[in-house]
Amino acid sequence: MVEYYLDFEKPVYELERRISELKHMETEESGVDLTDDIQRLEKKLEKMRHEVYSKLGRWQRTLIARHPMRPYTLDFIDLLADRFVELHGDRSYADDKSIVAGVGTFMGEPLMIIGHQKGRNTKEKLMRNFGMSHPEGYRKALRLMKLAQQFHIPILTLVDTPGAFPGIEAEERGQAEAIARNLIEMADLTIPIVTVITGEGGSGGALALAVANRVLMMENSIYSVISPEGCAAILWKSQDYAKDAAEAMKVTASDSLELGIIDEIVPEPLGGAHRDYPAAAAAIGQAVKRHLEELGKLTPEELVEDRWRRFRKIGVFQGP
Amino acid sequence: MVSWFRRRSSRPERSDRRKVSVPEGLWIKCNNCGEIVYSREIERNLKVCPKCDYHFRITARERIDLLVDAGSFEEFDSSIESLDPLQFRDSQKYFDRIRTSKKKTGLTEAVVSGSCTIEGKRTILSVFDFFFMGGSMGSVVGEKVARAIERAIQDRCGLVIVSSSGGARMQEGALSLMQMAKTSAALAKLRRLHLPFISVLTDPTTGGVTASFAMLGDVILAEPKALIGFAGPRVIEQTIRQELPEGFQRSEFLLEHGMVDRIVNRKELKNTIAFLLDAFTRQ
Ligand SMILES: [Zn+2]
Repeated sequence: MVEYYLDFEKPVYELERRISELKHMETEESGVDLTDDIQRLEKKLEKMRHEVYSKLGRWQRTLIARHPMRPYTLDFIDLLADRFVELHGDRSYADDKSIVAGVGTFMGEPLMIIGHQKGRNTKEKLMRNFGMSHPEGYRKALRLMKLAQQFHIPILTLVDTPGAFPGIEAEERGQAEAIARNLIEMADLTIPIVTVITGEGGSGGALALAVANRVLMMENSIYSVISPEGCAAILWKSQDYAKDAAEAMKVTASDSLELGIIDEIVPEPLGGAHRDYPAAAAAIGQAVKRHLEELGKLTPEELVEDRWRRFRKIGVFQGP
Repeated sequence: MVSWFRRRSSRPERSDRRKVSVPEGLWIKCNNCGEIVYSREIERNLKVCPKCDYHFRITARERIDLLVDAGSFEEFDSSIESLDPLQFRDSQKYFDRIRTSKKKTGLTEAVVSGSCTIEGKRTILSVFDFFFMGGSMGSVVGEKVARAIERAIQDRCGLVIVSSSGGARMQEGALSLMQMAKTSAALAKLRRLHLPFISVLTDPTTGGVTASFAMLGDVILAEPKALIGFAGPRVIEQTIRQELPEGFQRSEFLLEHGMVDRIVNRKELKNTIAFLLDAFTRQ
């Protein structure tokens, strides 16, 4: 793995490197006892980690949500599903590789897993279109959600997208219609749906997979109506104000919980999910299992009603 | 969202909204063909250019007058108003923007809802006003649209929504995004009862409004040459770094690509809606 750190993480990474150097010296050169030094630095590291990561600003969380080493949908599927068979295509136009979907087994039970997929290197990023879907991506997702309904399999969606792709062909093929269609059809599905926002919950492209009975956010993920850069370009007239826009739009998991937009925050390993994939996946797995068990007690009608009530009450206004 | 905003913000001093749609004065220049036309003639022509058929943007009140049987409109939910849940401020406070829009339009929010008759047919009607913060959808607009749908369900009648919107309202963050899900889920309930929803798209309809209830009409009608799309043209241009083809994201383009049912001239709009509502609600 290539080491990559964000600016504000730099002191943490530097201290980690010094400690590992000292440990290395100790084993290489016999007779040198550095135990005290190492212990002292490890204490310092512990404190520093806590200081850096316990009070992250909204923009810093945005950067962690977009961290190039952040686990993506296929990483989570690897760690969560006992087996996963990917299924492709919207049966109408194409297979959009910015969304992966398929049938898996999770804790022994079948589960339809659908999520945005970003790429790790340049070639992959292009293939995945940076996690920005075309209409056929949302239509593939919907096709497989209906397949899940057909065979009474619950659905887990993992959301990590900067937003729906803004392009000529996307518009020609009905980007708006594809998103809207998912919203109304997901509202009517008679099986349990759980959504976890794992990274970027970027506007309509995120919501198109997120009309669920339970919507969870990972601790360092974001959920927003427009990207901070897009908002800054419009309201501040420059993308340079993305940080201010992220603050103003209140994009973090705790903001979303406070606004009644999500149901729960899934804790991440200290420093972010990218520092410990298995721990991050395990936290998701636990939460998803609990919610699926609860939802499993509802009838098909109750599931539809539960989802309706969840979204019906969202909004802040005054008046009768 | 981007295109209208830029256009409007470049001339922030225009306080009289009538000037934005059809400038006062005897003669005005058409935005589309550039012809100088007698303003009375445009007014008489339902604010459509007699030379090129350009449909000027009109206010929610003008639109309602155009569509309903005279005196039949009974507004509801006009006293639901915006709060400022995020304490949002950019160069201006959100609250100040709201206040300015209220003053400018005489409305309490960007959508006006009511019950009415259209050629005698009882109908629930919601109309967007683009002059109120670009017709953007925040908590109040989402709530009013959801309630209009619920009213149609309660009254067992058809629903017409005339959209004109830059999309979701950024100043309410993800709360605005959630209104897309709320309104679409409400339409799922309407659909179960076989009650018709006619969606009318007018210039401009973009972003989160297009990507939710506006594209979910049982029938989708569009006014000629209206800008309709998901992403704003400037965002697309910046992303793909090439110029957009002529007529891109206009009503005619959407018709060609199978995204709307029909383009309807303003003069024919009421009659077309009435015909469809009648056909769908005989039984
Ligand atoms: Zn003209």
